[in-house]
Amino acid sequence: MASLKKVFLNTNPTKDEIKNINIGDIVYLNGSIYTAREGIYKKVLEEHADLPLELPKESATNFHCSPAAVQNENGDFNLGAVTATASFRFSRWIGDWLKISGAKLIIGKGGMSIEDYKQNFVPCGAIYLTTVGYGTGALLGRGVKKVRNLYWKKELGLAQAMWLIDVENFGPFIAESDVLGNSLFERENKKISEKITKAYEGTRPAVLKRFGETSNPEDELI
Amino acid sequence: MIKNSQIYDAAISLMSKAAIEIPDDYLKGLKKASQEEDGDLSNFVLEAMLENYEAAKEDNRAMCGDTGCPRWYVKLGNEAKIEGGPVSLETTLRKATADATVKIPLRPNRVHPLWRTDYDNNVGIGAPEIEYAFEPDGDWIDLITVHKGGLFGTDYRMLFPSDGIEGIKKFFLDTIVAFGKRGLACQPAIIGIGLGGSKDTCMVLGKRAACLRIVGDKNPDPKISMLEEELKDLGNSIGMGAMGFIGKSMVIDCNIEVGYCHTGGMQMSVHAFCLSSRRAVARIHGDGKITYRNNPDWFTDYQRRETVEWQV
Ligand code: SF4
Repeated sequence: MASLKKVFLNTNPTKDEIKNINIGDIVYLNGSIYTAREGIYKKVLEEHADLPLELPKESATNFHCSPAAVQNENGDFNLGAVTATASFRFSRWIGDWLKISGAKLIIGKGGMSIEDYKQNFVPCGAIYLTTVGYGTGALLGRGVKKVRNLYWKKELGLAQAMWLIDVENFGPFIAESDVLGNSLFERENKKISEKITKAYEGTRPAVLKRFGETSNPEDELI
Repeated sequence: MIKNSQIYDAAISLMSKAAIEIPDDYLKGLKKASQEEDGDLSNFVLEAMLENYEAAKEDNRAMCGDTGCPRWYVKLGNEAKIEGGPVSLETTLRKATADATVKIPLRPNRVHPLWRTDYDNNVGIGAPEIEYAFEPDGDWIDLITVHKGGLFGTDYRMLFPSDGIEGIKKFFLDTIVAFGKRGLACQPAIIGIGLGGSKDTCMVLGKRAACLRIVGDKNPDPKISMLEEELKDLGNSIGMGAMGFIGKSMVIDCNIEVGYCHTGGMQMSVHAFCLSSRRAVARIHGDGKITYRNNPDWFTDYQRRETVEWQV
């Protein structure tokens, strides 16, 4: 699509490179990324385990993901598809994680809240990239050059372990937040809510209510 | 007599077919949606998905990194005989699930809910689910695997007769708006709706409506079929497309299944079968021949029967 800007970024991007990313840009990555999600966050931030690699030197890109992969008997890896998992669940750890890891790019599914961006991402100069679809696992799998290492496999299992992966033209991703903490999803939600209200015409609220229920479709739920 | 080795071979190839190849009916539906989608971001997403299915097939790798929760639907013709009986059938399906997880590879998604134990093979307590149904004739068994993804896109609510069709529409919209935001449901999806039954059967019906009926297929009750059409259009009218971006592709198709319920209630469940609508179907005939097909053909007249006796 001609109207969408395409950007190639290093996984340890400079301040200026990040500043130039606008929400809605299509991003491809080169360098190394690592996976970290609740298992890693708990281990490092709550149990205070030492990081098994030097961050952000090795990589400033944290992918919220567990790949479809196995480690063969000989230690090699067979990595198929890679897809992100929903990031809003990691909100309670993300602030401390950004500080400790020095991550500049967080990749995941669905973005995080504007509050997370303003409070945690902006001070660290980090932005959020979302995967596309979200099912483009095979395309992302193609961008994986090599699994460099797998940390904490025994303790956390394959899905939660930390995978360090070399990537080339890895993508596509869409820039969901920018250096000021704006969010593409929130912008789209605002534009859509008008039509949604119209779709609700001719419906009826349930006779039996639920605790804490909102009837405002404009509300954010994450 | 159907042999365990035949079941195993069919099950292994079904697992990889499901993980790698998007079913034809959904693919056609998505292509149509991408032609009609004019939201630029939504359109970009749909085009990327179409490219992704090609890549999966070419490279022989899973289409989505989250390979879902593999489960089995088994349908037995009344005269089917299985070597070793139902227990060996189940053991064979569990073994095929574990082996295929390593071979394809699939993501080892299944963990203990509290201890998070992961055997790295998608097998554990109650996993994979194996569900059964029977048909009056035949010595065959149908094996259907569904690798449903998504923690989002499903909800249940006890509605009442006084909620009426307007209440059904409201809950339908509530669910797809809530899970459509930010694209958590990985739409456009096949939306399955269960109406009636009890809470548990309502969920089962809705899930099966999403996963075991193909795009374009209609409920045989003409009024229900009209409601399917109406809800599909309603879902596509909210201005939301793929990933929750501005657009009009939310629902590729809407399938409704009903079951008789308590006279005071009108249970409703909504299920979204995502951009990776993974299912694969095979029939193992009495003589051991295996045939593959696209349509699960789960909801036969027999499955939807209303009478005490089954009359042909
Ligand atoms: S919901 Fe479907 S497309 Fe989305 S990540 Fe899960 S399996 Fe993949």
